[in-house]
Amino acid sequence: MKPANNKKLDQAFSAIRQEALKRRRVFQEAPVPKIHIGMATCGIASGALETKKAFEEALAERNVDARIHTVGCGGHCYAEPVVIIDHPDSGFPPIFYHQVNAGKAKMLVKLFLEEGDPRFEHVYGATQANDLIPSLMEFSRFNMEKRIVMEKCGYIDPEDIYDYIAEGGYSVLVKALQTNPDDIVQEIQNSGLRGRGGAGFSTGRKWALARQAAEKDKFVICNADEGDPGAYMDRTILESNPHQVIEGMIICAYAVGAHQAIVYVRAEYPLAVKLVAKAIRQAEELGLLGSAILGSTFDLDIDVFQGSGAFVCGEETALFRSIEGYRGMPRHRPPFPVEKGLWDRPTVINNVKTLASIPPILNNGADWYRNIGTENSSGTAIFSIVGNVVHPGLVEIPMGVSLRTLIFDICGGIPNNKKFKAVQIGGPSGGCLNEDFLDTPIDFDSLTEAGAMMGSGGMVVMDEDTCMVDVARYFLDFTQKESCGKCTFCRIGTHHLLKILNRLTKGEGREGDLELLEVLSADIKNGSLCGLGKTAPNPVLTSLLYFRDEYEAHISAKRCPALMCRALTAFYFDPDLCARGCDACATRCPVDAVFTTSNRKKGVDQELCVKCGECVVACPPEYDAVRKVSPPDLVPIVEKPPEKT
Amino acid sequence: MEERAILERIARKLADFEKQRQSLIPILQMVQKELSYLSAEAIKIVADHLKIPQSEIYGVATFYNQFRFQPPGKHPVKVCLGTACHVRAGDIILENFERKLGICDGETSDDREFSLERVACVGCCALAPVAVIGETVHGHMAPSKVEGLLLRIEIEKEMQAREKQKNEAGQ
Repeated sequence: MKPANNKKLDQAFSAIRQEALKRRRVFQEAPVPKIHIGMATCGIASGALETKKAFEEALAERNVDARIHTVGCGGHCYAEPVVIIDHPDSGFPPIFYHQVNAGKAKMLVKLFLEEGDPRFEHVYGATQANDLIPSLMEFSRFNMEKRIVMEKCGYIDPEDIYDYIAEGGYSVLVKALQTNPDDIVQEIQNSGLRGRGGAGFSTGRKWALARQAAEKDKFVICNADEGDPGAYMDRTILESNPHQVIEGMIICAYAVGAHQAIVYVRAEYPLAVKLVAKAIRQAEELGLLGSAILGSTFDLDIDVFQGSGAFVCGEETALFRSIEGYRGMPRHRPPFPVEKGLWDRPTVINNVKTLASIPPILNNGADWYRNIGTENSSGTAIFSIVGNVVHPGLVEIPMGVSLRTLIFDICGGIPNNKKFKAVQIGGPSGGCLNEDFLDTPIDFDSLTEAGAMMGSGGMVVMDEDTCMVDVARYFLDFTQKESCGKCTFCRIGTHHLLKILNRLTKGEGREGDLELLEVLSADIKNGSLCGLGKTAPNPVLTSLLYFRDEYEAHISAKRCPALMCRALTAFYFDPDLCARGCDACATRCPVDAVFTTSNRKKGVDQELCVKCGECVVACPPEYDAVRKVSPPDLVPIVEKPPEKT
Repeated sequence: MEERAILERIARKLADFEKQRQSLIPILQMVQKELSYLSAEAIKIVADHLKIPQSEIYGVATFYNQFRFQPPGKHPVKVCLGTACHVRAGDIILENFERKLGICDGETSDDREFSLERVACVGCCALAPVAVIGETVHGHMAPSKVEGLLLRIEIEKEMQAREKQKNEAGQ
């Protein structure tokens, strides 16, 4: 493929860009307030649809003229539904409001849009520096991030290609189409970009190998089969800025010489599927995709394939089998996908974040990218931080930031004055790290060394109330179910690991179980073909290494130190604190396990109790009478009065 | 009777797919979208169309979590058991649904009103624990909220029935 060195390309694109800028100007210069509402899956789950409806109704009711602009998600899940109101006439800068429910929306229309009062008590911050309202950039959740991939997420409408083009989108593609493909591959290699899917293989090298492959029919696949429970960066990017991914895919296809590409998205992400398909259609309509892209000699078609809910299909060779119409079982590598991939053709398969990194890298140059992050891991990492943190959500940070900065400074630390206990990185293939690792820099190599891994970027923070044995059991339960069954050690080994862990959490652990866990884990690692089996024992191994005392307590004392394993804990009401005649817990109990004693205080029928903890929530804080203990035989015996007949 | 009509529509739609192995999963997805599950009859139609043995199709379909072989209830309940939901006691929520509905994970109630399913992650981890009823995501679940949600569906149903009665009486 020779670069299309003609002016036609520039002209074709400049017409599109002019149109985009014109639309942007018309929108921005309209003398009415603009309301930007975040409408990705997480926003919708928090009620963004009702918020939008409330805005529309209130605007119509009060006859206020304003534009509603639906945008994607900026990663601030704790603040959803997020609304940014730009009301220039009021004299205030654009204001970021958090947790805007329907009632708040109606109030803002009346008081802010009509009367000019921004209601300071509901303001989160301003999106620009100003003298009136603290800017968002003064908060560490905002200013310590470095947004490259997610720069435009939450600010542009994912359903409008012109919105992306007005922000400079697709201009890198135009430049790339006039560059020699070898130079693009070289530039990506120079940038030091490593695959963001988890393994961290050099993207530039992958492309170079695919470019060298002799066969003509090559494929580019965008891997959006994000199966890790607790990780949703890929979904957010596809829902907030699908065009950046598509632009990256087109550049990749041009660089390696492919003419067919596939986006493989989980079927569990219906909104992402819809938005990507729509984005592809829009790009085709503008001639940015299809045959003779922008009048050049380069053709590319992109299709969407919906994965059907098999975790192992995130593994590249299993993903190919799934597209080919078979059970998604991995095969041996080599041959690697760049030689023999989908239908045995050379295939470049990259993660969503990797492809979305391409346009900014080519735009700013390899050196710029190299300067961000650490020496061996350049660029930024995106994590979805969930669990017990104050500000959960998506965070994009330069590589090399320590876990402590990420969890405590950026995400606000642990809520409810609890103590930090562990952080689980990399989903079912990663590991649990304890406090000692808080100063570990986040990059591919440091995390692998600590026993966890970068993985796709899921990070679950756990406080002192989390039982590490139970967490290991949870992940094993997941991998055991998702094991495709090809390798015996993975299929049967994970089953036995799970059986032992189940035994431990039920208080039926035996001497020697821990050693057995270690031996089995090593065997599973050695005897499995793909990443799923090779990494499945990681949660067990790391938790055994860093939290061994907890395992031992489960076996020897039949005690769960975190009071989490339900078979090893029990509830009771402290008779000195329990208020006579109060029925708060009894009405809340889903199984009627709470009874009234002869002196009108409460007792728990341990046979009926399912240990859901509702009574703890129900008990008025001034009494705070519910106690939880482990092992369960510590519970004082409370006489249950005979039932009246 | 209705199912017959859907199967006929599926048979017509099959013509849009190429008769190639790679069409199998998209076809199964289409069938499930139309019929809301993969019935034995539907699989036979697909097998005849693609000239693949039925056993082979079952082999592929059972491999993937997405495919269902029993009709879902009118209100499908999905309880998220992703990591964040697990840490925040999603399994207790699942148990509560099981108890209140009288069915286990993966089953449909006898009156086909409810079906219950555990899912790996719906991607709203900041709202954990999460349950999805129909299309609506319910965040920050608690055992007592389970009862409330089911009660709401019950009441809505009753109100609809009353409305219907009223309309019929009015006519």
